[in-house]
Amino acid sequence: MANASAADTAATAHDDHPRGLKRYLFSTNHKDIGVMYLWFAVIAGIIGFVMSLLMRIELAEPGVQFLTAFTSGNEDAAYHLYNVLVTGHGLVMIFFMVMPAMIGGFGNFFVPIMIGAPDMAFPRMNNISFWLLPPALILLVLSLFVEGGPGLNGFGGGWTIYPPLSTKLGHPGPSMDLAILALHIAGASSILGAINFITTILNMRAPGMTLHKMPLFAWSVLVTAFLLLLSLPVLAGAITMLLTDRNFGTAFFNPAEGGDPVLFQHLFWFFGHPEVYILILPGFGMISHIISTFARKPIFGYLGMAYAMVAIGFIGFIVWAHHMYTVGLDVDTKAYFLFATMVIAVPTGIKVFSWIATMWGGSIDFKTPMLFAVAFIALFTVGGVTGVVLANAGIDQAMHDTYYVVAHFHYVLSMGAVFAIFAGFYYWVGKMSGRQYPEWAGQVHFWITFVGVNIIFFPQHFLGAAGMPRRYVDYPDAYALWHQVSSWGTYITAIGLVWFLGVCVYTLTRGRRCGDNPWGQGATTLEWTLASPPPFHQFNQLPRIK
Amino acid sequence: MGFTALSRTIVTAAGLAMAAGVPAAAQAAADAPVGRAVDGQLGLQPAASPVMEKLTGFHDSLLVIITLITLLVFVLLGICIVRFRKSANPTPAKTSHNTWLEVAWTAIPVAILVFIMFPSFNLLYFQDQTPKAELVIKATGYQWYWGYEYPEQDNGADGVTIEEPFGFDAFMIDDDLFGANADSAARADAVADLQTFLNTDQTPEIHRLLDTNTRIVVPVDTTVKFLVTSADVLHSFTVPSFGFKIDAIPGRFNETWFRANRVGTYYGQCSELCGIKHAFMPIAVEVVSKQQFAAWKERTTREYALRDADTRFALVSTGPGSAPGNE
Repeated sequence: MANASAADTAATAHDDHPRGLKRYLFSTNHKDIGVMYLWFAVIAGIIGFVMSLLMRIELAEPGVQFLTAFTSGNEDAAYHLYNVLVTGHGLVMIFFMVMPAMIGGFGNFFVPIMIGAPDMAFPRMNNISFWLLPPALILLVLSLFVEGGPGLNGFGGGWTIYPPLSTKLGHPGPSMDLAILALHIAGASSILGAINFITTILNMRAPGMTLHKMPLFAWSVLVTAFLLLLSLPVLAGAITMLLTDRNFGTAFFNPAEGGDPVLFQHLFWFFGHPEVYILILPGFGMISHIISTFARKPIFGYLGMAYAMVAIGFIGFIVWAHHMYTVGLDVDTKAYFLFATMVIAVPTGIKVFSWIATMWGGSIDFKTPMLFAVAFIALFTVGGVTGVVLANAGIDQAMHDTYYVVAHFHYVLSMGAVFAIFAGFYYWVGKMSGRQYPEWAGQVHFWITFVGVNIIFFPQHFLGAAGMPRRYVDYPDAYALWHQVSSWGTYITAIGLVWFLGVCVYTLTRGRRCGDNPWGQGATTLEWTLASPPPFHQFNQLPRIK
Repeated sequence: MGFTALSRTIVTAAGLAMAAGVPAAAQAAADAPVGRAVDGQLGLQPAASPVMEKLTGFHDSLLVIITLITLLVFVLLGICIVRFRKSANPTPAKTSHNTWLEVAWTAIPVAILVFIMFPSFNLLYFQDQTPKAELVIKATGYQWYWGYEYPEQDNGADGVTIEEPFGFDAFMIDDDLFGANADSAARADAVADLQTFLNTDQTPEIHRLLDTNTRIVVPVDTTVKFLVTSADVLHSFTVPSFGFKIDAIPGRFNETWFRANRVGTYYGQCSELCGIKHAFMPIAVEVVSKQQFAAWKERTTREYALRDADTRFALVSTGPGSAPGNE
């Protein structure tokens, strides 16, 4: 298989370099598609961030005073708008920012190169995987502007889309249907991408690259692809049932006709829990590369690192009901999910300690990617240990659906996954674009973001412990102080985001030229053996791994 | 747990140290109310039931453990940053394996987790097993208010007996009645109505977004069982000080319990997204002495009797608008 692809590439290497619209619209090149995914993630990230900014401005003080500006003073519409923003922020950030950036962007660009392959196994499927996403995002954005809640625009039922609120009872308008279709299409895109990655990684590794020599980022994408392939069809089934409940008279989730709303939650979280590992696992892979590169040491406990990810992926499928401790599950069921959830802490701990051991004894160069990576370890640990607290079904009675949960999952995603994406961006932007970012500007971005996000999310632990429920447009005055602090953090982070966009523009237009390997002896994976940017088709001669 | 007392001391000390930097929290600590949060609060609301006492003890112990683990990681990272930066250590080591180290950082977390799991299971089963109920109350979630029913019941000599079932709804007191520009006459009316409902000499205090025009009234030191359901979308019924949270799901009855050990007013808020007024359907529980409860029951039975016999046993409520007991 690998040899056949190489022969094809060699035969067409000289003339197959389309330009302009054709290069991108019809692209079958993994690097071009990866770059498109990254741009798409940037756009979606800005949309998702603006939504969170609007929410935090509203929450800066008690009362509803800001969102009414968008609803001509109508308070009910402002409450609904808040719920729409909560929903949109979650869906956009998960499906259209983190997943496209990590798997579609960095995965597409670097997995084939790292395993010494000329391209993905199914280049045309790769094209459709990407081009399904813009229509999905357009459908989701359209859903904001058509009727959802009674007489109000947009769907405001949270990214978890629990019925009955997401059925005709709660949202009679077509907004929910558009959102369901958006998820269907985004899901199809991810399933196709997952098939492509699995096939590529299992069949197209260069001669000599056994699975146990494969770089950890490729491992992480392989595990992620399996999670996508196995979990997304369950979501697709659940939302199809929801769609038919809404439009074709079925009653899967309607208790009055023999259905059960809790069934939807089981199906949703059977997808939803693997999904959160889908969001973080590629980040684990990237962080491993970055730590090893800048510590100038090989990764510590490579096999343990690889199989810890496999273990996390596997356990990720058998812990879903820990999102449902308050639905009235039988106590023994809760005890099982408590136990299984705690087990995840073990492979996660292995990863954290192995990263530290990789740094230990190293000669660490604190460039921007390394700053983000070290902050990732620290902040992911904070999010991880609050996860251990939440895993206890007993304590979850107090914490469930409060800001404690919000703080927990933003520590692992907003500071875990997103820090990994920033780390990956600074690590690889020179390789991808051929131009290197200005080091001082990257470090300024890091410090603004680091300070900002901690000010946003750390006080939310206090709010949650004190009982502040999540998804609230207004709150009792007793929660005012920490909400205000949290909003200041958002304003700081907003400055960081603008700064980051400035760094992007400067790097791509004025950045100094980047050599093959800007990071020196620590950077050992195959992408650093190629030019920056890599040739349109790499590895006409397959590399041999010793 | 033996080290609960120790860990509580540590948590309190840490909390006070942090609160020192936050004037609002320090001030609030002086006259800490029960049953609701105070501005600048760092931890859980004060416990007022056995479940919440157990929960708080376990949480505080766990907080110590996770803080120590986090500090360990921070210290190790700090050592790496100081000792192994390029300028301090120009030549990197080549170590990439150490079997004993890897076994240790697998086995030690397993041991810590097993250690955590015992009190965790203990709390979980304690919460789940309702002792013999001395009062049963049904709570139904509606968009966007709660309906409460006290069904007919006889709980023996120690428990509460309800001969005539009664029920009422609880709507949030309009937030226009709070703040500087509020209509003071309307506010006084709302307070007076609530006082009449509670059948008490004391003027009740009301709080924005937490108070309702009626309250669940229960006697102190009495095991109360809640049956929770919903008439429309999902809601979630919780009172943080009592340590329970249970979803209200149409077509199902969920059960939870508490035993308040102090009189006072305890608040909760709907905890499952239920539509536009999700933030505006709070839960207020008034815990009173057994004598006061008997008097309140007298009056409320008269004023809020459930006349429609079918409603008492209906598994699925009849929906908004037809809820019984509306005045």
